[in-house]
Amino acid sequence: MHQGKYHTPPILAQRFLRWFCKPALVEDIAGDLEEDFNDFVTDYGLGRARYKYWLAVIRFLKPFAIKKIHITTTQTIMFKNYFKTSIRSIARNRLFSAINIIGLAISMSVCLLMISFISELFSYDKFHENPDRIHRVISYEQFLQNEPQGVAATSILTGKRLQAEVPGIEASVILNRRFAGDASFQNKTVSLKGLWASKSFFEVLSGFTLLQGNAETALLSPNSVVLTEEAATRIFGTANAMGQTIEIRSIPFTVTGIAKQPPFNSHISFEALGSMVTYENMLKQRSKSGNWLKWTNVGNDYVYLLLDEGTEPGSIQASLDKMSEEENLKIDRFKIYPELQALTSIMPGPALSNNIGKSMDSSILSTLFILTTIVILCAAFNYTNLSVARAFKRSKEIGVRKVVGANKGQIFWQFILEAIIISLTALCIAILLFYLIRPEFLNIDPMVQQATKMIATPALFAYFLVFSVFVGLMAGFFPAVHLSKLKSTNALKNAPGSGLLSRMNMRKVLVVIQFSLSLIFIISATISFKQYKYAVAFDLGYNTENILSVRLQGVDPTKVATAFEAIPAVNQVARSFDLNGLGNGDRTRVTLENSADSAYLYYNFVDENFIPLMEHKLLAGANFESRPGSREESIIINERTLRKFNIESPSAAIDQYIQLIRGPRLRIIGVVEDFVYTDISRNIHHFGFRYSNSRHNYINLKLNPSDLVRTMERVESAWNAVADGKEFQAEFYDQKLQSTYSQYATIYTIVGFLAFITISIAVLGLLGMAIYTAETRLKEISVRKILGASEASLVKLLARGFIWMLAIAALIAVPLSYYLFDSVVLSESVNRISIGITELFSGVLFIFLIGFVTIASQTWKTAKSNPAQTLRSE
Amino acid sequence: MKGTHLGEFQELVLLSIGVLYPEAYGVGIKEEIYAKTGRKVTLSTVHAALNRLEKKGLIKSELGEATKIRGGKRKRYLTITSYGIKMLSESRAQREQFWNAIPEIVFDVN
Repeated sequence: MHQGKYHTPPILAQRFLRWFCKPALVEDIAGDLEEDFNDFVTDYGLGRARYKYWLAVIRFLKPFAIKKIHITTTQTIMFKNYFKTSIRSIARNRLFSAINIIGLAISMSVCLLMISFISELFSYDKFHENPDRIHRVISYEQFLQNEPQGVAATSILTGKRLQAEVPGIEASVILNRRFAGDASFQNKTVSLKGLWASKSFFEVLSGFTLLQGNAETALLSPNSVVLTEEAATRIFGTANAMGQTIEIRSIPFTVTGIAKQPPFNSHISFEALGSMVTYENMLKQRSKSGNWLKWTNVGNDYVYLLLDEGTEPGSIQASLDKMSEEENLKIDRFKIYPELQALTSIMPGPALSNNIGKSMDSSILSTLFILTTIVILCAAFNYTNLSVARAFKRSKEIGVRKVVGANKGQIFWQFILEAIIISLTALCIAILLFYLIRPEFLNIDPMVQQATKMIATPALFAYFLVFSVFVGLMAGFFPAVHLSKLKSTNALKNAPGSGLLSRMNMRKVLVVIQFSLSLIFIISATISFKQYKYAVAFDLGYNTENILSVRLQGVDPTKVATAFEAIPAVNQVARSFDLNGLGNGDRTRVTLENSADSAYLYYNFVDENFIPLMEHKLLAGANFESRPGSREESIIINERTLRKFNIESPSAAIDQYIQLIRGPRLRIIGVVEDFVYTDISRNIHHFGFRYSNSRHNYINLKLNPSDLVRTMERVESAWNAVADGKEFQAEFYDQKLQSTYSQYATIYTIVGFLAFITISIAVLGLLGMAIYTAETRLKEISVRKILGASEASLVKLLARGFIWMLAIAALIAVPLSYYLFDSVVLSESVNRISIGITELFSGVLFIFLIGFVTIASQTWKTAKSNPAQTLRSE
Repeated sequence: MKGTHLGEFQELVLLSIGVLYPEAYGVGIKEEIYAKTGRKVTLSTVHAALNRLEKKGLIKSELGEATKIRGGKRKRYLTITSYGIKMLSESRAQREQFWNAIPEIVFDVN
C-alpha cells in the first residue's frame, strides 16, 4: 500500500499543528496525518494532497486536541512589570500622554456612537423565531428602458400565486399598509395606525405574539381586528377588549386578539391588525373587474414568507423569475421583477421606496462607517507619530532590557500594552463624551431618531471595550515593531541606526494624510452649508412667506374654511390636495388630444383661491372659477408641458383638451409659469393644476404678518371649535420647505462636526511634533543663535518643514474634494451652487492659520530661549 | 446508563479496534471503517472518538515503533480494556433483545 517515493507534507501546516496541538497527542496525530498524506499523493497527486493535508490539519482544531493555555508565574511577573513601566512612562511624559489620550478620546466618542448605532441596527428583526428562514418579496419596477426602481412592496397577486403554486414555503402572509384611521367605541374616538394582515401573520412573523386570543384564528374571519395592548387600553381603558365591537372608518370590527407591543427593533410596527379578508372584500366590491389582483399593483402590499427548513431561497427566486416572465408578457411597457429579500437584510438594507415602516439605507450606514474610521485613524496616527518620535528617548531603556535578556516579542508586547493602557484611559473619557453627544446625534435627522434609541446595554460596553483594545493594538503596532527591532548595542550607544531616519518620512506621510483629511472635511462642510442656504433661498416660482398650511385630517374643509375666514388677520384661504416643493408628488399619464405624444403629468388638486394665494403667474387664460359640486372638466398646465406637446405659445394651448389615462378629459383653461413642484434638485416636471371641491388635504392661509403669535392662537382656537377633537397640525410653508432641504443641513452638521474633530486631532498632533522638534533641536538653535542667527530666521528654519507638509496636504485635498462634490454628491442635482475659490480655499486658509499658530508658538518659545542656559546644562 | 452510553460511531471505532488487534491505530481504524461500511471519515473524527473512548476507559494505548512512512513518528497502538469489552457486549445484548422481540410477521411483510 505504501509504496513508491516518500513525500514530506507541507512544512507550514506541520508547524501549525505542532503549535496548537497538545504535546501528548501531537506525535501520534502528526504521524497518522503523514501516513495519510502519502496515500493521498499516490491517489490524487502532490498538489491535491498538500491541499488535503492542510484541510486535515485544520479539522483537528477541536477542543480535545488544542493545547490548554497555562499562564506561568514568570508571565504574570513580566506583565506586572510592563504595566508598571508603562504607567511610569505615561506619567513621565504628561504632555504627550495628554495629547494622545485627548485625541483618542474625542475620536473614540464618535466611534462609540457609530458602534451603538450599527449594533442597534443589526439587532433589528432578530426577535423572530427563525429570522434566517423569513424572507420578503420586493419588486423592481421598470418602465420602458428606464432604470428599474426598487419598491419594498409587491402585488397581492404575487403573494397569492406563491401560496398556491410554489413548494417549499411553510407559511406566508400578505400585508397591506392602508389600515389606518379613526376607531370609535361608544363615544370615544382614537386614531390607529395599522396593517391589514392575512391569517398566518403570527405564524410567519413569530416574534409578534398574542396576549389574548388564538393566534391561528384571530385574523381568519372578515371584520376581525387585533389590537396592541397599548391601543386596547387607549380605547377601552381597563375594561376587557376581547369580543367587543369597534368601528374603524365606519366598518364594524370585532376584537379577536390583544397583541404584545411590537418591539422597537422591528421594522414592522402596528397598533392594530385588520383581517386581510375584510380588505379583499372591500376591494372586490369596489372593482368588479378584479383590478386589485393585477400584477402591476405594486405599492402597498407586502408578502413575507417562512421557508421550509432546507429550502434554498434561490429555488423560490427561480419560481418568482418564471412567474414574472409569464406576467410581464401580459402587460405593456411596464416590467415588474419580484425579488426575494432576507428579513435580516431589510434593516439596514438597500434603498427602496414604499417602505412598510422604518428603513435605513445601508449606503448611509457605510458612509458613516467610513467617516468614523477616518476619524479614528487620524487619532491613531497621532499616537504612532509621537511614539516613534519619542523612541529616541526610550532607546536606552530598551537597550538595558535587551542586555538583561528580553527578546523581541517581550519588547513588542510591552509597547502594545502601553498603547492599550492609553486607549483604555481614552475610553473612559470617550464614554463620558458619548453621553454628551448622543442627544445631539439623535436629533440630527428624524430618520435616525425613528430607528434608534441608543440605550447602553452591557453588550454594548463589551463592544466598546473590544473596540478600544483594538484601537490600542492598531495605534501601538507600528511603534512596537519599530522599537523591538532596535539592536541593543545601538540603543545603548544612543545612536539609533539609519532606520529612524526613514521613519521620519513615514511620519511626514502620516501628518500629510491627517491634514488632507481635515481639509476635505472642512471643505465639504463649507460646500454643503452653501448648498443648503442656496436651496432654502431658491426662487421657487411662487410665494412662500406668511403662508400657514393646516392639515385637514378628514375634517370638513368648508366648515374649517368658514371658521378661518372669520379671523380678521387671515387674508386669504385656499385648499389643496398637496403642497408644492416638498419633494413628493402624484402623477398620471396623459395625452394631448389629437396627438400621439404622452407624458407623465404631476398634478395637484386645488380650489379657485390657490393660484392667487401662492402668487403663481398666469401666462395665458384664467384661473378656475368656483364650481361647487360639478364634475372636473378643466386644467391649468405649466410651460414645461406646453413644450412637451409642441404648443408654440401659451395662448395657443387654451381650449385644447388633455386626456388622462383612466381619467377624465380636461380642457386647458390657463397656463402658469414654471415652478418647482417636487424639489429643486430635480428638473421641473410637466405639471397641471386640477380643480376639485373634495379631494383636499391641506388648507392654506395667507396671514397678515403684523402679529403672528396672536393670529396663530386664533387660528388654533378656530380649528378646535370645528375639528371635533382632532389635533391642530399646522406649519409655516417656509419652515416646511426648510425641513425638506434638511438633508443638506444634516450633511453639513455631520461633516462639520467631523471636520472639527479631525482638525482638533490633527492640530494636537502637530503641536506634539512641534514641541518634540523644538526640544530635540534646542542645542542646535542655541549654537545658531550665538553665531548670530536672528529669531525670525530661526522660526523660519523650524517651521519650514511643517509648512511644506501643510502645503502638500492642501494640494491633495482641494482637487479631491472638488471632484467629490462636483461629480458625486451634487452631480444629480439640477439647481446647485457652483463651487468656487471661496468655498475651496476658505477652509485651507483656516487650517493654515491654526497650523501656523501652533508651530510658531512652539518655535518662537525655543528661539527666544537664552542660549547660555540651554548650553550650560549637559 | 446515561453518561457511559456508547455512541454509534464510537461503537464502530471500538469494534474496529477489536478487529485490528493488536495493531489498531488511527489510519488503520479509518481504513477499516471505510472497508466495512463504505463511510469516508476524516482522521480528526477518528481521533476525537479515540480520545473520548480513552477518557471513558474503554480503550488503552501505548506507543509503538516508528516508521519511515510516518516521517519517523511513532504509532499509538490501541487495545480494548475489559471494561470496553463489557460495554460492547452489553450493547450487543441490548440489540439482540430488540431483535428477538420483533414479531416474525414483520419480516414477512415484503
